[in-house]
Amino acid sequence: MQPIIETKQLTHIYSEGTPFQRAALNAVDFTAYRGEYLGIIGHTGSGKSTLIQHLNGLLKPTSGQVLYEGQDIWSDPKLTRQTRFNVGLVFQYPEYQLFEETVYKDIAFGPGNMGLAADEIDARVRRAAAFVGLKEDLLDKSPFELSGGQKRRVAIAGVIAMEPKVLILDEPTAGLDPVGVESVLSNIRDYHLAHNATIILVSHSMEEVARSVDRLVVVNDGSIPFQGTPAQVFRHGQELEDMGLGVPQMTRVFNRLRAMGANIDGSVYTVEQARAAILRAKGVG
Amino acid sequence: MALKDITLGQFFPGNSPLHRMDPRTKLIGIVLYIVALFLAKSVLTYGILFALLATLIAISRVPLKSILRGMKPVVFILIFTAILNLLYTPGETVLLKWWILTVTLEGVRTAIFMVVRIMMLITATFLLTYTTSPILLTDGIENLLGPLKRIRVPVHELAMMMSIALRFIPTLIEETDKIMSAQRARGADFESGSLLRRAKALVPLLVPLFISAFRRADELAVAMECRCYHGGEGRTRLRRLTYRALDRVTIAAALFLCAGIFVLGRFGL
Repeated sequence: MQPIIETKQLTHIYSEGTPFQRAALNAVDFTAYRGEYLGIIGHTGSGKSTLIQHLNGLLKPTSGQVLYEGQDIWSDPKLTRQTRFNVGLVFQYPEYQLFEETVYKDIAFGPGNMGLAADEIDARVRRAAAFVGLKEDLLDKSPFELSGGQKRRVAIAGVIAMEPKVLILDEPTAGLDPVGVESVLSNIRDYHLAHNATIILVSHSMEEVARSVDRLVVVNDGSIPFQGTPAQVFRHGQELEDMGLGVPQMTRVFNRLRAMGANIDGSVYTVEQARAAILRAKGVG
Repeated sequence: MALKDITLGQFFPGNSPLHRMDPRTKLIGIVLYIVALFLAKSVLTYGILFALLATLIAISRVPLKSILRGMKPVVFILIFTAILNLLYTPGETVLLKWWILTVTLEGVRTAIFMVVRIMMLITATFLLTYTTSPILLTDGIENLLGPLKRIRVPVHELAMMMSIALRFIPTLIEETDKIMSAQRARGADFESGSLLRRAKALVPLLVPLFISAFRRADELAVAMECRCYHGGEGRTRLRRLTYRALDRVTIAAALFLCAGIFVLGRFGL
């Protein structure tokens, strides 16, 4: 697989030279590959938000490099700005960034900043709105009249409308009801498949990450202790618990069963896999 | 632009005697120090006040760098004051005369004294805000202004508004930072273009910021009412301010200093 974003020995220190100085990232080597669905997990304050803000050039590294398609994004100011459009970042609680009079105008803000032609902007706004399941008649409403879930979709559409090659979402389902969580996750998956885009999903919910992503990166204390497929990562059950992250419920159940002496696969993390693993164990037994 | 680098509120955590002193003592002390500064007229008295300030800074352990950094915004005022005093002080010994501009020896003297005075005044007040947490500072102000309640000045309400405002400055800075990042992620550009363009670029920042400020204010009001807040009447305090021996000595010393500088001034020193 081909890397699309890489960080090399990325270090970031907040408020350097004051008593509040704090290292948020410590010589991090991170790679996201083209077209993959990547998950980043870590608890609050682990440095995961700092990491993703480096990936689209919002934060400048204290030392180290951020490469987009092999080029250092800080080598040229134009490149930094271009990277912001190539790497879309949806912040936590993005609904608080809405500001325009209508939903349409708000979604058009990003594409407008890219300097696209009016008809291209129009097409993108409508495509993005359709992606997140916003009906046409909502486009002329004020974003402040909408419900919380709808606002969240408008905000996500605002980033999707830039049609970034990499879409990073920081806790996109935080504070939504279960139906909202499902629909946002499936919107993201649709975007991933339709554009062959790289998705980076940041979360602290193991369940949510486990069933969506191809690969998982764990961030703790400003570094990456381990990464790999969800199954590989969840084998570090005890270490994850020590970091205050925990493993998905199914993995925990199966680890407990193994500890009790059952001869079953420990790298299970969804209900379907659990079912298959039990049937396999039964078939063997 | 790094908003978090702005030292608003400016409190510099520490545990020096100055940090531990009662905020009222520090407020009274600062007022007296400023009075003394304005009474001082000679190199000797300025020297005394300067030595005192230097000692206090040393005791407070606030890095000199932070204090000097706070001086930056007033550089313009300093230069302006210096030039005005230099040119418009009448005197007998003319040093320089060119067109309508005259520089006298007295002018040079006054200009130097004025600049030093303003710098010391600002440094002294910085020392206060660097060593006192904003909450303690408002507590101190509320307590000192207490007698004004008799003439119906809403002292408690003013102090509460002040502490709420101070409390929310970091929150709003953080919020501004977050919204700014979010809009920059959508390609907003806050740093280039003409003045008008830059003003327009602030709309995507200010609208969400105001909305969230109002939302926060509303939530805070509800939360305060839920906890039966209804103004200052009959309210007890978690932190009670008490004057200790050090505070009494400090206030006495400050009064003595003022009187001393005044007397020295009388003798033409």
